[in-house]
Amino acid sequence: MTLTVDIERTLGSFRLKTAFSAGKGVTALFGRSGAGKTSVVNAIAGILRPDRGRIDINGEVVFDDERGIDVPTPKRRIGYVFQEGRLFPHLSVRQNLGYAGLFSRGMPASEFGHVVELLGLRDLLERRPGNLSGGEKQRVAIGRALLSSPRLLLLDEPLASLDAYRKDEVLQYIELIRDEIRIPVVYVSHAVEEVVRLADTVVLLSAGNVAAVGPAEEIMGRPDLRASTGAFEGGAVIEATVVEQDVQDDLATLQFDGGTLTVPNVDALIGEPVRVRIRARDVSIALERPQRISIQNVLRGRIAALGPGSSGIVDVSIAIGATTLRSRITARAIRQLGLVVGLEVYALVKSVSLDRHGTGAA
Amino acid sequence: MSLTAEELEILQLSLRVSLWSVLLSLPFAVAVAYSLARANFPGKTLFDAAVHLPLVLPPVVVGYFLLLLFGRRGPIGALLDDWFGVVVMFKWTGAALAAGVMGFPLMVRAVRLSFEAIDRKLEAAASTLGAGPLAVFATVTLPLALPGIFTGMLLSFARGLGEFGATITFVSNIPGETRTLPLAIYTYTQVPGGDESALRLSLLAVALSLAALFVSEVMVRRATRRIMGDDSDGRH
Repeated sequence: MTLTVDIERTLGSFRLKTAFSAGKGVTALFGRSGAGKTSVVNAIAGILRPDRGRIDINGEVVFDDERGIDVPTPKRRIGYVFQEGRLFPHLSVRQNLGYAGLFSRGMPASEFGHVVELLGLRDLLERRPGNLSGGEKQRVAIGRALLSSPRLLLLDEPLASLDAYRKDEVLQYIELIRDEIRIPVVYVSHAVEEVVRLADTVVLLSAGNVAAVGPAEEIMGRPDLRASTGAFEGGAVIEATVVEQDVQDDLATLQFDGGTLTVPNVDALIGEPVRVRIRARDVSIALERPQRISIQNVLRGRIAALGPGSSGIVDVSIAIGATTLRSRITARAIRQLGLVVGLEVYALVKSVSLDRHGTGAA
Repeated sequence: MSLTAEELEILQLSLRVSLWSVLLSLPFAVAVAYSLARANFPGKTLFDAAVHLPLVLPPVVVGYFLLLLFGRRGPIGALLDDWFGVVVMFKWTGAALAAGVMGFPLMVRAVRLSFEAIDRKLEAAASTLGAGPLAVFATVTLPLALPGIFTGMLLSFARGLGEFGATITFVSNIPGETRTLPLAIYTYTQVPGGDESALRLSLLAVALSLAALFVSEVMVRRATRRIMGDDSDGRH
């Protein structure tokens, strides 16, 4: 499955000019508010008509201004989960889930049962949207979209209106459908943690243009994109595998290309892949292996790059095996330690800084 | 108080006239309200004003226009007579027509407001799930507009029960055919010794209006509760 988008649209003084391709798995459209993320998914869904361009889903052209093609929204077979859920208030949860079935877009009963089980909706079926919690609403909205025989699922900031606890709950369900129902997903977000946890590919949007496309860890780790990804969120993403679960201390040991990490509260079984995001400001640097210290993760590596720095703060890239970690330290510390490219150092990472928002199933 | 045969006849006629006026004008009112709420077309302001005319014109003028249009030699009245053999002048159907026209702006206003209050994002969501424009209207827009439609029906019904000027001008005051409650009350006040009868009918009108108000309130509440999404167990 491939999605190819190449569109232009002028909305007042805002100019959207976006081109990218998305393959299987989760593609994140990432960028600040007003970067044009929602306009892009609306164009894919046929809710917003581009001025120019082409949209191709799996080889079927659904929009092409030159050839005069503009497949209407109901015929595009795209599941769309909106930021505010948009459940039909006059229908029960069961009727909401079955809505697409009224228009020959429904799924067989077995599929209905499967989705209901997967998203934990069994007890909600006879309720009405008016008295569901925010998290429950989004789960129903996801189920409703999945049950419309979509070939592509669009999620537009589905967690934006939820509190931190509900966010985490819904995020776990999204991870579940990503792994269980192999449907390509376009996920819109301006939250780094969500993108890093979910996405395979990141399309970075900035003022209506694609600033960068690439694997999640690479895009989010690039210092030159910090203006778009957020100055205080700089860091690195590590793909790792669970090799040990210490139930007593609730700590997991993760193996990655370059060493091991000890991380608390990982919801994954031994052998399962996980993704860990380590913020640059949570990584310290030592010239010798420290003794008698509480820090659980001491990783030996080599300085791969220094800077660019600003306001006395510098990001240091440390190569650990095939993995690159980033450490944000002061320019003074660099001077005092005499850090230069190629120097052997120890990267120190507190286990507690790797909270559950930074760790997720890969 | 038990009703006399004559009072019963007046009551039945009034109810029949008002009910038919509401039922016949409803589809038109929904269509007009929807186009005013959603569509943009040249002359929309003028159209809007025309719809509201019966609200601001003296009812006698409306009745007179109906007479001109639907009279036996009027452009529409002649057509109805030639093609269907239908004559509305001096008939209870004409009274229903007059009541419907007078109540039309009230119904349109209420229905239009409820269309305008609907979150159009819900309609977009329905279209992503496979619903075409007609299906969206039938399954999302119309059900969500129900409270406003019920309110509009009540306003028009009540207006119809009280209709006097347009009715007496258009279809006159014929006992058993066009003498509705207000016309009967008026007639009694014009004859010596009719005071008691006029009072009895006036009290009947009060009871009727209260009953209509009550029924509509129940319907609006039920429709609103459905939309607001309260479960039957009353949980919030």
